Amino acid sequence: MSEPVLTVTELRVGAGGRAVVVEDVSFELAAGEALGIVGESGSGKTTVAQALLGYARTGLRIISGSVRVAGEEILDRSERELRSRRGRLVSYVPQDPGTALNPSIRVGNHVREVLKAHSLDRQTDGRVRAVLERVELPSDASFQRRFPHQLSGGQQQRLAIALALVCDPPLVVLDEPTTGLDVVTQSRILDEISRLQRESSVALVYVSHDLAVVSSIADRVAVMYAGRIVEEGPTKTIVTAPRHPYSAGLIVSVPDHVEPRQLIGIPGVAVGVADRPAGCAFAARCDLCIPACEDAMPKLARVGEHHFVRCIRWQSTQLPEVEPRRDEATAPGSEALLSVEALQAVHHTRHGTVVAAEGISFAVDAGACVALVGESGSGKTTIARCIVGLHPPSDGRILVDGRRLAPLARQRSREERRTVQIVFQNPYDSLNPRRTVEDAISWPARSLRGLGAREARTEVATMLERVRLPAGTARRYPGELSGGERQRVAIARALAARPKLLVCDEVTSALDVSIQAAVLDLLAELRRDLRLSLLFISHDLGVVASVADRVLVLELGLICEEGAVRSVLSSPQSAYTARLVEAAPSISAPQLLHDATRV
Amino acid sequence: MSAISVGRTLERRLAFTRSWLVRIGLVVLAFVLGVAFIGPYFAPYSPSVIPGIPFSPPSGTYWLGNDYLGEDVFSRVLSGGRTVILYGALATLLAYLVGGPIGLLAGYARSRVDGVLMRAMDVLLAFPPILFLLVVATGAGANIYALVIAIAIIHIPSIARILRAATMEISVRGYVEAAAARGDRTHVILRREILPNMWGPIVADGGPRFTVSILLVAAVNFLGLGVAPPTADWALMISENRAGITINAWSVVAPALMIALLTVSINLIADAIASGLGKSVDVEALRR
Amino acid sequence: MYIAQRLAIGVALLALVSVLVFAATQILPGDAASAILGRSATPAQKAIYRRQLGLDQPLPEQYWRWISHVLRGDLGRSVANQVPVTSFISARAGKSLVLALAALIVLLPVSVAFGVLAGIRRDRAVDHTISVTSLALIALPEFVTATFLIAFIAVALKWLPPTSIVETGGVLSNPTVLVLPVLTLCLTATPYVIRMVRSGVSETMSADYVQMARLSGIPERRVVWRHALRNAMAPTVQVLALTLQYLIGGIVIVETVFAYPGLGQGLVQAVIARDIPTVQGVAMLLAAVYIVINIVADVIVVLLIPKLRTSL
Repeated sequence: MSEPVLTVTELRVGAGGRAVVVEDVSFELAAGEALGIVGESGSGKTTVAQALLGYARTGLRIISGSVRVAGEEILDRSERELRSRRGRLVSYVPQDPGTALNPSIRVGNHVREVLKAHSLDRQTDGRVRAVLERVELPSDASFQRRFPHQLSGGQQQRLAIALALVCDPPLVVLDEPTTGLDVVTQSRILDEISRLQRESSVALVYVSHDLAVVSSIADRVAVMYAGRIVEEGPTKTIVTAPRHPYSAGLIVSVPDHVEPRQLIGIPGVAVGVADRPAGCAFAARCDLCIPACEDAMPKLARVGEHHFVRCIRWQSTQLPEVEPRRDEATAPGSEALLSVEALQAVHHTRHGTVVAAEGISFAVDAGACVALVGESGSGKTTIARCIVGLHPPSDGRILVDGRRLAPLARQRSREERRTVQIVFQNPYDSLNPRRTVEDAISWPARSLRGLGAREARTEVATMLERVRLPAGTARRYPGELSGGERQRVAIARALAARPKLLVCDEVTSALDVSIQAAVLDLLAELRRDLRLSLLFISHDLGVVASVADRVLVLELGLICEEGAVRSVLSSPQSAYTARLVEAAPSISAPQLLHDATRV
Repeated sequence: MSAISVGRTLERRLAFTRSWLVRIGLVVLAFVLGVAFIGPYFAPYSPSVIPGIPFSPPSGTYWLGNDYLGEDVFSRVLSGGRTVILYGALATLLAYLVGGPIGLLAGYARSRVDGVLMRAMDVLLAFPPILFLLVVATGAGANIYALVIAIAIIHIPSIARILRAATMEISVRGYVEAAAARGDRTHVILRREILPNMWGPIVADGGPRFTVSILLVAAVNFLGLGVAPPTADWALMISENRAGITINAWSVVAPALMIALLTVSINLIADAIASGLGKSVDVEALRR
Repeated sequence: MYIAQRLAIGVALLALVSVLVFAATQILPGDAASAILGRSATPAQKAIYRRQLGLDQPLPEQYWRWISHVLRGDLGRSVANQVPVTSFISARAGKSLVLALAALIVLLPVSVAFGVLAGIRRDRAVDHTISVTSLALIALPEFVTATFLIAFIAVALKWLPPTSIVETGGVLSNPTVLVLPVLTLCLTATPYVIRMVRSGVSETMSADYVQMARLSGIPERRVVWRHALRNAMAPTVQVLALTLQYLIGGIVIVETVFAYPGLGQGLVQAVIARDIPTVQGVAMLLAAVYIVINIVADVIVVLLIPKLRTSL
């Protein structure tokens, strides 16, 4: 095999003091190959990605190790030497192009700046046009004169890719480049990246938390946990026959819309940088853990061709049996709990009135789970807010138990307010930082059910148990809890009112995949035990497939399709739904773009 | 690029990097407050007694010499602190009592009320503060209470603005929306959810604002438009004794020094508190 | 267009300010007649005086009379010495302008330079020194700084005269009297500018696109000048406007301390004498200048920020 384009040897990055964020990271990459680095938050994947450019964000420091790109060393260089290597040898595509592009520099000049920095400023005009065309952006003068804020999200990201490619580096590092984009644009950008890679055989390092996306674009995958690579190998092998318990746990947590399954989360929480134990960092959450695991950190060992695992029990690791998703039985002929009729909602802005949703009619039966699916701007969140009383509808009716609801929550009766509760998307601001968990959960019980102080305290304990949080959580403040824990507290707070309908507005979108699986599992359990109805808002088809019975697909405020989840996703009737289904990445049927051309 | 932003705010800057500075500030402030409030009881001469020859240099009996009337500078310095500090505090308090609710209401209601209130505030902001005080002084005469009210009026628009912005920011947080979805009454939401989260911005704003009040009171007294002789007041003393600066500089420099120590120490402490508070907000909000 | 809109708002603001100025000088307790004529005046004398000045008319009438005169350029006559207010202003305004401009010319380059330096090298030793010094200077009132300067330079070192009293010729022919007042103004205004510039610069320097520029291999110097500072300029315009406004206030005190024969000192004297027409006239003028500065600054900012420019 020819000389690898990228060789990383024992990379070590630390924070202030003795804390080590990333350790013992080594891998190789050949020309034209794509490596996906997968990990949840805190795994260190972004730190590794940035270290490939010799960069450590504020507060971190690259302690030791080597990164060689096309034979030249990147680490341990002076500022000037680093500068000449960045862009020329290795370049970076950022996560959020909106903030990564200078708002006062025009499109064309952005490209010229990079060319100039690497003294490639002969025939600049030609080069600028060439690279813009390469990423399928317009290359005419009027487009080049635009400012970044005049481009769409997808166009901005293409520009970022163009900047990364313009000096023809042999290695490009992409840091979650499609996270902020809608599913269809994401799919297009991914196709773009694959195509560019094939055409120029540039090596890619693609960092992401989304296994489904990574599996569609990478030849090899490295799974990171607690600052180390715990498994590395060909994509197909990792996805179908992983050998590390964490990888296995991760794969069965990923929701899939092609083959909906019962999601199994990973119990426990990832340890913070300061609390990493001496032995295997995953031991506390691992089913296969034996005393030897906790004694010393396992080494990365070869277990197959190009396949490495950091686990002493790898032979016993297997992918858990994945059951196809169970359908929840709903009592036949049950009364519709929630009934929405011809709902219309608008937003009044300075520039006029925008219709967010129109002609929305649907019903949610007792004990059922209905999902509203759509991209941003589809109106799904606005509809949820109308149902809950946060946004007055401009037309139509909302009925609960046959009774019409007043537009705003404070105009509704206590009984009505109790019946419908909501959990929001962002766990980091849905709890008042100045109030204890106990305070937050007991308040709805007191104000909406009239419980006294002592009864409310018991109620809090019951609720915490329901959401599988330890009783001691009651005394803590939100700032001390993780994202997943906060979301459970938010659910407990909603449950404290004993609602019949729980509106979940993208409740797992901000959570790591393994935590998401656990929360979705919790919601399914609550649904069974409490006969709770769920109205589930999401943009993620996989999540919807795992949790909902019926789905409504929304496009620009209108329902474009509705029906049972299985049939809508497997044979969509409307063109828009078909586009969504096709564009959404899936771990069980990864786009085989790269397979076809791999040598 | 959010990873880069996360890194930067996670950066563990020490809470009080200038902690030695804050400690100095606290000591100095304690000293000044001591002089201002306990000083009068230790003054060797009653501040309005005229025992000596005007502008005599410091001597054994008069440690800082005599002022333009022959009074003992040292005694007057010991007695001259209360006025600026107390009137400054009064003006600041009044400003918060009026400006606070205005800002809170405008920020939470966000209806036409908000627009009207803010336009009204804009009018007051279109004025240099000193100018406003001078205009009021013309109408009201040399009346310190009218001027204290005027100083409060000067603060009110900016307090309203700041608290309005803070309220608006808090109002869109999930926990406030959750309260609205529960149907909690407005006053309950303000009390339970919004107010507890406002102390940060209020405290961060309060320190520098107190300094400004003191500066304005001092300015007004200096111009002779506030307190009148024979009251001992540091700022007034500076203007009274200006003429004799070449003869007994201490009559002017001593009160000037006291004012300087007061305002600088308050500012140092206030700034450290504000940056300490700011940091904790940052880190919490950005854990991904 | 945007400019026309801002001008209209400015005019409306000025109108409201005029009401405020008028109200503040008239409605508050304290009878102008007694103040001018003294306590020994008889009630009859006061009555005649009031009628002469139109003080016995209802207030809205008085306001209307005053404002219509102002719009015609007639600011009335000083109660103290019967000199037309307009000539009072023109005699002194020039000197104040000289003082303000001199201060601006000295303080702007220095403080912007320090502010940029502190912003670029945030949290290093240089920044700490600059920041702490600014923090201390900001807290000092102008007359305290002036006092220290006078005590030190005029009394102890005897390099300059302690006051700026000018007998003959204009201020420009006796430049030494400018030095201490200008120095005082600089010392009090500089920390404001430094802090604002520093904050704007450091915010820009920590923006994502600056880090992105570094990761693209662009040299640091170009990153700072072309990528960062360009975007920090807009706040700088506002800083300039705020400084000018601050100077308007600062001039009042500084001129009084140094007995500098400018508009500020004149205003203070008028206030002490309760010379209402003079006070009203000067106040309106200064308020108008204040508002104009705001409008100009806002327009420039819009022109500088592409995002705002294109959305209009």
